[in-house]
Formats: sequence, C-alpha cells, structure tokens
Amino acid sequence: MDELVARVLNAAQLAGAAYADVRVVETVRQAVVVRNGAVQGVNWTEDAGFGVRVVADGAWGFASSYRLDLEEAARVAQLAVQIARASALAKREDVDLGPPVVQRGSYRTPVDVDPFQVSLEAKVELLLRADEEMRRVRGVTTTEGELVFIRQRKTFASTEGSLLTQEIVESGCGIQATAVRDGEVQQRSYPNSVGRHQQTRGWEFVVEQDLVGNAPRVAEEAVALLSADPCPEEVTTLILGGSQVALQVHESCGHAIELDRVFGAEAGFAGTSFLTPDKLGNFRYGSEVVNITADATVPGGLGTFGWDDEGVPAQRVDIVREGLFVGYLTDRETARRLWKLLGPSPYVTGESNGTSRASGWNRIPMIRMTNVNLLPGTWKLEDLIADTDRGVFMDTNRSWSIDDRRLNFQFGCEIAWEIRNGKRTRMLRNPIYTGITPEFWRSCDAVCDATHWVVWGTPNCGKGEPMQVAHTGHGAAPARFRNVRVFGKG
Amino acid sequence: MLGQEQVRRLFAEALGRSRAEQTEVVLLSWDGALTRFANNTMHQNVAEHEAQVLVRVALGKRVGSAITNRLDPEALERAAAQAEAAARATPEVPDFPGFPEPQTPEPVLAFDEAVAAASPQWRAQQVEALLRVAREEGAVAAGALSTGVHEVAVANSKGVFCYHAGTRVVFSTVAHSDGASGYAERADWRLEVSDVVTLGRSAVERAKRARNPREIPPGTYPVVLEPYAVQDVVGWMASAGAGALAVQEGRSWMNGRVGTRLLSELVTVWDDGRDPDGIPVPFDFEGVPKHRVVIVDRGVPRGPVYDTQTAAKEGKSSTGHALPRAWPEAAAAGPLPAHVFMEPGTATLEELVGRVERGLYVTRFWYTRLVHPRDCVVTGMTRDGVFWIEGGEVAYPVRNLRFTQGYVQALASVEGVGVDTYLLGDRFGAYRVPALRVAEFTFTGATEF
Repeated sequence: MDELVARVLNAAQLAGAAYADVRVVETVRQAVVVRNGAVQGVNWTEDAGFGVRVVADGAWGFASSYRLDLEEAARVAQLAVQIARASALAKREDVDLGPPVVQRGSYRTPVDVDPFQVSLEAKVELLLRADEEMRRVRGVTTTEGELVFIRQRKTFASTEGSLLTQEIVESGCGIQATAVRDGEVQQRSYPNSVGRHQQTRGWEFVVEQDLVGNAPRVAEEAVALLSADPCPEEVTTLILGGSQVALQVHESCGHAIELDRVFGAEAGFAGTSFLTPDKLGNFRYGSEVVNITADATVPGGLGTFGWDDEGVPAQRVDIVREGLFVGYLTDRETARRLWKLLGPSPYVTGESNGTSRASGWNRIPMIRMTNVNLLPGTWKLEDLIADTDRGVFMDTNRSWSIDDRRLNFQFGCEIAWEIRNGKRTRMLRNPIYTGITPEFWRSCDAVCDATHWVVWGTPNCGKGEPMQVAHTGHGAAPARFRNVRVFGKG
Repeated sequence: MLGQEQVRRLFAEALGRSRAEQTEVVLLSWDGALTRFANNTMHQNVAEHEAQVLVRVALGKRVGSAITNRLDPEALERAAAQAEAAARATPEVPDFPGFPEPQTPEPVLAFDEAVAAASPQWRAQQVEALLRVAREEGAVAAGALSTGVHEVAVANSKGVFCYHAGTRVVFSTVAHSDGASGYAERADWRLEVSDVVTLGRSAVERAKRARNPREIPPGTYPVVLEPYAVQDVVGWMASAGAGALAVQEGRSWMNGRVGTRLLSELVTVWDDGRDPDGIPVPFDFEGVPKHRVVIVDRGVPRGPVYDTQTAAKEGKSSTGHALPRAWPEAAAAGPLPAHVFMEPGTATLEELVGRVERGLYVTRFWYTRLVHPRDCVVTGMTRDGVFWIEGGEVAYPVRNLRFTQGYVQALASVEGVGVDTYLLGDRFGAYRVPALRVAEFTFTGATEF
C-alpha cells in the first residue's frame, strides 16, 4: 500500500500537480435482511480502490480506480492532473488551501465486541426472533428486520507530508412492522425508521437496542394505528421524540451550515442556504435553549473519526450558541474563502474545522456533517408532557421534505399522541407538521436532558454529483415547540 | 471498459469457483467522468473507473450473496465462499423459485462511440460555452455534465449469459438571476442530442423570467407541469406501486383497482427496456429479457412488473424487472420499472397553458417524499420557476410553494398532454415523459422566495 501511495504522489507531482493527496479505502460490509419470517438476503461486500485529488494550474482534478496496482496508480494520477488542467480552462481564481496541514498517526473506532467476530448464525437468529415476535401480533401484514456491519480502513497521504491510517467500524440494526386494512397502510419502526439506527460501535450496540424485547410493541402500535383517529389540523404545541429531533437538526441546520453549499457549490443540485455569511454571529437561529455543535469526537457518532479526508483533525465546534448562529461546517478551501470575505473574527479562523468527507474512494471529499448535535437541556420527558396543557407528541420519522434553501419543511411521523391537561391521551395516525426553520427553532422552549440524549445515526445523507451517501450523527433528545401547524394525511 | 470476452472469462472463473448447486454472477461496471460547475466556474471535475461482481448462490432454497470489486481469481473465490457461508447460515426461503432458465435477449444498440470518447477537454469546452452564455446574460450557472460507459452482464450455472454495454450522457443546470432560478436537464445514450448550450440558454431565460416573484396563497389550482415535474409524478407512481412486491403486500395504489378506470383516459404509461428512445438495457439483473409492460392503459391500471420470485408466487413469468438481488435493499423494493414512457398527446406547451384561465405553471418539483402510499400522496416543493397563468397566458412569476397531493388524484384530473417529451435520467434507466395540464393540484404552504 505504501508503494502505491508513493507512486500516486510522485506521478502527480511529475505530471505538474502543485498539490496532491491520495486516499486508499478498503471497506467490508455485511448485511442481513429478514422479511416476513424468511431471510431475504445475507450479503457480504468487499470494496477497495483509491482516489487522487490534485491541484494543477490552480484548479482541481480528481480521478479514481478500483485497480490497486502501480501501473494504474500512475495512470490515475496523470488523469487527475489532465482533468485539473481542463478545469483551469474556466477558473476564475486559483485554489487556495491556506497553510499546509501536516498530520501523522492512526485512529481506530473503539469497540467492545468486533461485530465481524459474531457468527452469522447468531445475527440471523436475532432477526428471525424479532420477526417472529412481530408476526405473533394479529393484523400485522409485513415484517422486516435488518442488520448492517461496516469496517472501513483508510490510508491518507498528501504532498504536504501527511500520512494517516484509520479504521472505522459501524453497527446498525432496525425492525419494522406494517399493517394494511381497507386501503390504510401503517408502519412502526424501531429504533429508527428508514431501515435502521446506526453508530460507530461494535456488536454491543445491537445488543443494547433489544430488538426482540421491543418487537411486540412495534407490531401492536402498527396495528393500533389502523384504528387511530387522524391527526387533527391545528396550530398547537408540538413535542418531538428524539429521533425526529435528530432529523429536524439534520435537515434544517446540518445542511444549512455546509459552507460549500452557502457559497453556491451545490446550487446545481442540492441547493443553497438561507444562512448566508452576513448572518454569522448576529442571526437569531433559535431560542436561548437551542445549542448546537458539530462534534466529530463524540463517542458512537457516525461522524466520529480521527481525521477528515483532508487530514484535518476531528474537532468540536459551536454552530448555534444560546440561539445565536455562530459557526459553519468548513473544509480547507471554504474556511480560507470565508476568512478572505469576512476577515478574522471570533467566528472566523481561516482554518478548516475538519468536515471534509468522501463517501468512498471513488468520490471527491466535500463538506459533510460530522455529528451535528442539539445539546441536552434540563427536562425529563414525563415532566415536559405534564407541563403541556394541550398539544401533540410525534415520534419516528415517516417522510421528510425541505426546500432548497432549507427554510420551508414538512415532516411526517409514524405515530402521535394527543396531549391534554399534561397527559398523553389518544393515539393519532398520519401526523404531519410543517414550518419555517428559524421560526420553528425560535419557538423551542424546552429540550430534554442527557438521560434522554442519543447520538442518532443517519446512514443515508445524500449530496453531490455524482451522488455521495454519507453517514452522519445527531445527538438529540425530545424537545418542545410552540405554535406549530400540525395536520393529518393531507 | 472490460468488454464481452473478458467478462465471459471472468464469469467462467467465478462460476467455476463456486461449489453451490446454483450460482448467479452479475457484473456492473462504470467508466465515466463528471464535470461540475457553479458560480460560473468549474469547481469539481472527477473520473471514476469501477467494476463490481455480485455473486448469489443457492443451496436448495437457502440463498446467500456476496459482492466484490476485486476481479482477481482469489477475490472471486472468496466472494463465492462468503456467499455459500451466508446461504448455509440461512433458513430456507420458502418461495425461492431458483435462478432463471436461459433465455436469449435480443441485443439493443445503446452505445455511442462519441460519448465513450468524450474527454475532460470536451466536457470543459461544452461547459465553458454554456458559462459564457450565462455571463453574457448576467446570470450565474451551476450544474453537471457527465459522460461514460456502463456494462452490465449476467450469467448463472443454468446457462444464462448476457452482456450489454451502453453509453450515457447526462446534463443538468440551474441558472440563477437576481435570486430567481431556471432549470434544464436531459439524459441520453447519444451525444448529438445533448445540446448543452441550448439547454443552458433555456435555463438562463427561465431564470430571468422568474425574477421578482409575487406571493400567492396556498390553495388548489389548475397546473401545467413541465416534463421535469411530470417525471416526479410518474416516478413515484412507478417506484411506490408499480412493482409486484408492493401489490402483493397490499401497499400499492394499484391494489383493488386493476382493470378499472382510475386515472384520466389521457394517461397511458408503460415500461420498455428495449426502446432506443430511452436508455435501453435488454435484460434485467437476473438475465431475463425485458418485456414491454403496459402499467396504465388510457387511465386503467393493467398490473405491475415482475421478477422471477414475485412472478412465481402468482404462477406467472418474470417480465424482466429484477433489481440486483444481491443488494440487501433490493429485497424490500422488489421488481421495479426502470425504462418508463408516458404517451405524449397533441398539445404544445403554449396550447396547454392556453386552456388555463387561472392557474400555475410549474417547472419542477424538489425534495418530494411519499406521505401515504395508497393514493401515492406526496409532499414537496416547487423549484426553479413557478408562474401564474391568467387568461391562457403566463402572466408573472410567483414564489415557490409546498404541495401535498395525491398523485393518483392528480393523474385522474389530467386534461391535456404535451406533444413533446423529455428524456430524463434515473438510477437504472430513464423516463421519457410529456408535459401535463392537471385540473386540480393542492399547494399547502408558501416560501419567502
């Protein structure tokens, strides 16, 4: 591997690159899918390749290949330089990465039990037992369960002198029950929807989720939802469960603070952001109980690592402090650009805060969320509900949509309960809420405490062309929002 | 590009190294590049050379799979062994019908040497020409132009072998002008149909017309949907309910409605993986030839598409719409349409607008999500140009709106269909769709832009 890395960097420099870096990425993924009492898929995937990023003639080029041999290393490095020179045909200014970044070391996800040492039979049995528990419930029509384990080894080297190795391990799991009757389709998921919850941890993460113990409840709620009343349309107090708060943070804050997006790099696809640089340090994003960080060091997060894909160390930075917007996610190039635009300030350092990440060897690194966390507040959930005269408690995401500047959102949840006089009362189906990002976060008057706080995993975050699916984390606890428009199916 | 003979040798190696009763091997390769631009400059310019072998084995009715992108004999043997280990650890799949018997799909031409040969310089010249237009017009353009060659091949131990190589060129751009935006997109396998500058100019002109939008209240309006928006409507109908698994599990908009009038009689939708007016691939990921399947005939649902497993459950034959079954997510999705066509009508865009007294013209939808499957209720935003229609003419731009709308009901109220169609890319294939005039479409929220 060292020889391949050296060949890439040498070939790139010989071809005229002023800067080059190379990432060699090897990934092993194991997945088990159970559906309706039968194993629908047991899959093992190995994937390896390398990507070369260069600056030549002041512009970027990137090329990649699955062939890990020295001849290919030289060809791909030269292709990257050729592409950079083509990019230079339409450049307006030279790439500026700021001061060199020189890092050396290694990082490994701490795990108690290596998930790849747990037998396949044990994994299949766990899902089949959970599936059986769900299918015992009368009225359930479809049951599903999924386990995913990932081990990724990365080597990063640059012409500035960085040499880094990392091993990231992820474990994910989830179950889901669907009930269908008279054209009504209802589902419940656990621990999270869209397949699974996931963390950078080992098999112990799966054990802690207790899929089998939660299976009967999941199935019973799916069936009960068929007979539940539709969520009424009203403007009311809304309490969101922790996983839905995590998604709310992801969509309305996490994407909006990507500085490449702010500068227009995603205008042709994902969109731009309402959080323009003039708002940095003076825009009231939320109420005073809203504190958000980007933290690549929090244990278990899907955005937890040693260094990002530019070799910048993992770090924790403030994004929203007591409601005030104070920080972006940056990479080397955008951090420099922001510094040139605004000059130094308490919120602008000119240096990357380490969020440049690629989804694989064949993709260019770009700004991605690490773990964008809503910090815990002071409330117990029971006290929060008891403190609410009238409202709706919604949990577990079912659908999500937000505009291309991250302002107007509409989220549907799997389940809701009406709150009357401080008590959770009747179940409601097809609950949906909608709002405008800063209005919504300014209406947040309570966040639950650390005992409710979970670093939720979002292993399906899309951005970029070609599409990159990133794994991001979001620490969140249940939270309360006032004067929110809620309604039923629409 | 690997080429048919190298793939044949690779498959012989992979099948030879499997000790299972039945073995299936799928190859997916992509050798392509993408030039991305924003702020009127090229900012990302990438190339990728990737190949993947998907191995699926069956021990009786026990099935396991493995995927590798290392194509050396040791890696193929390791993949076969992993797939066998997975099958051994797995209970029987009661409705597993076995891998398909050999059928011979007729080859279809979808390879353009000019696309395969497109260089970084060629893409840069195309993009630079577009950016020049944007600069001249005082607009700011962003988008991407990609070109490449994909190969797909399938073999199994029953004697199936099929191979297809095709080219693909995809272009899209969002042009901004004073806070407003316009859009253009096309996909094809042929280079000559992809006129980047003409498409870019149309996006710039749309953006300029969309400046200074007025506010209108959410509500239910007649709409003219440009083909970009129509792809979203037809796409959700196809992916959320036109596959056999969704129907068999009772979660499709088609359930209980096959053979009866559900949509406007102006709506006819079919899937045809062999039509060169799409981006054809002549067989599916099980090696079954793709059949033309009429999904909706003049408003009447005719039935879903099938793969081998869902077809066997109903005593039918596969229609050639299997996804790569080695992908874990394919189990939940089941078979899906991938080469979707909607029958064009006779009206020009101007004629569609001309029949609307008061309503909206929508360029495209954005970030759409399924809210409820039965009527294919979807929420999303408008984007890149919404206009108020007054007295049969586009009157002025309006701010973007959120909608929450049953796509079944929208297609039931189609009153006009455009004569021109756009070919637009999708993950496994493409959609060719016209513009539509829809009598009622419900918008449920507003934005500030």
